[in-house]
Amino acid sequence: MSLLAVENLEVRFDTADGEVCAVNDVSFSVEPGETLGIVGESGSGKSQVFFAVMGLLAANGRARGKVRFRDTDLLGMPVSQLNTIRGAHLSMIFQDPMTSLNPYLRVSKQMTEVLVQHQHKSEQDARRIAIELLERVQIPEAARRFDQYPHEFSGGMRQRVMIAMALLCQPDLLIADEPTTALDVTVQAQILDLLAQLRDTLNTAIILISHDFGVVAGLCERVAVMYAGRIVETAPVREIFYRPQHPYTRGLLQSLPRLDADDHQELPTIPGQPPNLQSLGEGCAFSERCPLVQPHCLTDRPLLRQIAEDHSKACHRDLAA
Amino acid sequence: MLAYAVRRLFGAIPTIFVIIAISFFMIRLAPGGPFSLERPLPANIMRNLEAIYHLDKPLMVQFWIYLQNLVQGNLGPSMVYRDLSVAEIIGSGLPVSIQFGGAAILLALVVGGVLGSYAALKQNQMSDYSVMAIAMVGITIPNFVMAPLLQLILGVELGWLPVGGWGEGAFRNKVLPVIALALPQVAVVARLTRGSMIEVLRTNPIRTARAKGLPERIVIGRHALRAALLPVVSYLGPAAAALLTGSVVIETIFGVPGVGRLFVQGALNRDYTLVMGTVILIACFIVIFNLLVDLIYGVLDPKVRYD
Amino acid sequence: MTTVSQFEQTVPGGEIKGRSLWADAWARLRSNRAAVAGAIVLAIIGLASLFGPMLSPHDVGQVYRSYIKVPASTTAYPREAEIPDLLKTALRRSRADITSLDVDGDLVTLTLTAEREIDPRITRSVERNADFTNVQIIETSPDGLSLTMQMEVTRSYFLFGTDANGRDLLTRTLFGGRISLMIGLLATFVSLIIGVTYGATAGFIGGRVDSVMMRIVDVLYSIPFMFFVILLMVFFGRNIILMFVAVGAVEWLDMARIVRGQTLSIKRREFIEAAHACGVSTTAIIRRHIVPNTLGPVVVYMTLLVPKVILLESFLSFLGLGVQEPMTSWGVLISEGANNIVEAPWMLIFPATFLALTLFAFNFVGDGLRDALDPKDR
Repeated sequence: MSLLAVENLEVRFDTADGEVCAVNDVSFSVEPGETLGIVGESGSGKSQVFFAVMGLLAANGRARGKVRFRDTDLLGMPVSQLNTIRGAHLSMIFQDPMTSLNPYLRVSKQMTEVLVQHQHKSEQDARRIAIELLERVQIPEAARRFDQYPHEFSGGMRQRVMIAMALLCQPDLLIADEPTTALDVTVQAQILDLLAQLRDTLNTAIILISHDFGVVAGLCERVAVMYAGRIVETAPVREIFYRPQHPYTRGLLQSLPRLDADDHQELPTIPGQPPNLQSLGEGCAFSERCPLVQPHCLTDRPLLRQIAEDHSKACHRDLAA
Repeated sequence: MLAYAVRRLFGAIPTIFVIIAISFFMIRLAPGGPFSLERPLPANIMRNLEAIYHLDKPLMVQFWIYLQNLVQGNLGPSMVYRDLSVAEIIGSGLPVSIQFGGAAILLALVVGGVLGSYAALKQNQMSDYSVMAIAMVGITIPNFVMAPLLQLILGVELGWLPVGGWGEGAFRNKVLPVIALALPQVAVVARLTRGSMIEVLRTNPIRTARAKGLPERIVIGRHALRAALLPVVSYLGPAAAALLTGSVVIETIFGVPGVGRLFVQGALNRDYTLVMGTVILIACFIVIFNLLVDLIYGVLDPKVRYD
Repeated sequence: MTTVSQFEQTVPGGEIKGRSLWADAWARLRSNRAAVAGAIVLAIIGLASLFGPMLSPHDVGQVYRSYIKVPASTTAYPREAEIPDLLKTALRRSRADITSLDVDGDLVTLTLTAEREIDPRITRSVERNADFTNVQIIETSPDGLSLTMQMEVTRSYFLFGTDANGRDLLTRTLFGGRISLMIGLLATFVSLIIGVTYGATAGFIGGRVDSVMMRIVDVLYSIPFMFFVILLMVFFGRNIILMFVAVGAVEWLDMARIVRGQTLSIKRREFIEAAHACGVSTTAIIRRHIVPNTLGPVVVYMTLLVPKVILLESFLSFLGLGVQEPMTSWGVLISEGANNIVEAPWMLIFPATFLALTLFAFNFVGDGLRDALDPKDR
């Protein structure tokens, strides 16, 4: 049984200018211990999928479909029941470590309250476990810094604190939403190493959300590419890198800078902009920017179809490898 | 923190000096005086009185004498109630005003805070709209309209409470003025709390707290409330200074013998020293409460440092 | 490291219809129902205050001695049942008795008898009461001991009742509104001029001048101004001109701060530097770039300042320190109402309602404007 199975998920937002459909018909699953990467531009709906999973959608957002965590459906579950799962078996860390911690509370309190809440630990036990975890995520002098406030930590340290906090109850699945985007490049690498290490030692499944193929490639076993609220291609990471089958995936990969490229060669880009989610047409959302667009792409929306073992894409065209 | 407080208090001395100077000269330059009654006093008595209160000397000299006395903590004798010193008069009025103001602030903080948080959690629902509509009424309708309306409804129509009169400070007589005093503050606090609570609930730390699976009461009480109260604190500081030193309107309408009424009476009677005394008192309260706000900020927000 | 966001803005695509900031704000304002309702209420109250006292059958100062503190009513005074009493009072000195009395619409027919001959000049004592006009003797008995008169009753409507002096409260409320609104607008204008000049100067010059000017504002802020206004009004007489000055002088501080902040932030923007570089003069830059760009917050603050000023005026008048008889304002009327709250609650209710409605309306319009002009929500 999959650890997390998302089926036909749809997320809509009521806005002053009408309804916006941020996520459309998204299905995927994660097995225990697996590492899945979700790649897409900002606005592709990749974060909203997991806000829906965690019950963290903004007040004007609604989710439909099925989100099964083990054998319980998380959607439509009362908040009090959801609270026994999130933070305990299912954790999430966010893009901006600078603002994700509560600036008014000591790090110690923010960590121990999770253990007190979910595992009914005493304050002392909770402190001990929390300090151990901080050491594990390589916070120097963890015991001394434990009672400091978040603003006394650097950005990278705060993300480590966030990661430690998410792992307190040894969750089965950790969702990392752009965990390195706001950090310096050297710190990024450290955090990614840390995540890889934790996955290997704790056997926690990880979903890594990123706009950066490079980040995903280093950590994940499987990748799903999202565009305009839909998954357009999903495959094992090597397969995607060497045989991308969707024109969008191809565009993304081609725009990665390469060390072996000619110095004077201009970096290829994908022309155009992501579509307006309010006025998506009948056809393929990528058709406006697609170099291989054909007439029926504008009228027929391509569905996600399997093209090889463990490789699916949502495109009418068959690309030569 | 103590050093900071002391530094701040010393820093306020120029401001208070300006206030003293402006009010001192404004009062003296105004036509009329404390002894210009309807029936003029005989010239020799007038001269004697003026000599006693130094009113015969040049203005700058008077100011100098006043400042000298003030530095020694002497606010001087009242010029109208001649047996009493200004300190004694204020000493009788201040406890009354503090009692009323304190009750009103407490009501404002508790009732306003609860109502505001409640409305924020029920944002855009019926209960939110009704709380905010009531708050809007409370803010918009001025207290000199609200007070008589309360008298009309609770006093005249329903007969629950005495309409006016001080009744030697009986509890029944205090209820209506406290309500009238507190109502606009409750409304303001409710609106501020709601607004900041809604904003705080949208922030990342709250998202983190929810992602951690904390129950809503901890998310609100431990994670949101502190940040949401900051704007309320900065509003309540100056408001508290104003409330504790007496509301002119409420004290006039209900005949409460507090500082606000002393001030108006002093101004009308040209009781120079009494007016100066009340102005200085109020200025000091404002300075102290602004400082208190900053200190409370320091307690609530660990990022604030005093240096 | 390459990121997907790199190619987000490569090629501008799609046609985006341009709407100016002001057109956009106007559209947002119009769709705000509370603001539109507020504007309508303001227009009605404004027009009624301006023209109401002219159209009213009652003069502001006109005293009806027979109708002191009569309740608000949509039927006319005197009521039919009150006419005999009114006539009795009018004929008190004539030593004649009323033997028959017939009221037919506005026409009253009255027969008097007395033990001595009735002086025909009796009509004058009836006419002296302002309620009766066209008093005519239509029949006199031969012995002169009996006499029939006919007269017209003047019917007066007091829709809001009358005050403690027997003056029409509707007329006075509208007239008071005229004064209150006028003070509100004029004092706001005064504070606008002072505040914008001061704030724009401080913000534009910047540097040490700015910090000194703002330090002065800070000191003024910590002065208990309510008390200073009271002192001003007590010591320097209670005239309306002073009221404008006093209120305007109190309320310019916020305006100065807002304008300074705006000026500072605009000054650092590129288009100002471009203008400088092109050799546009300083005054022209202030007039053409700074002022229009500070307009939004200033307009919002002004709409919210007017009710504050009206409130301050009413407050002073309530304490007896503001507008004086024979002038009146909502504050004066509310104060009179509060003093007569037990016997004549309408004297409080009507002016208070007008004041509250106006304050609500201004606040709604101000909030609507702020929402419309605030780009944060967009």
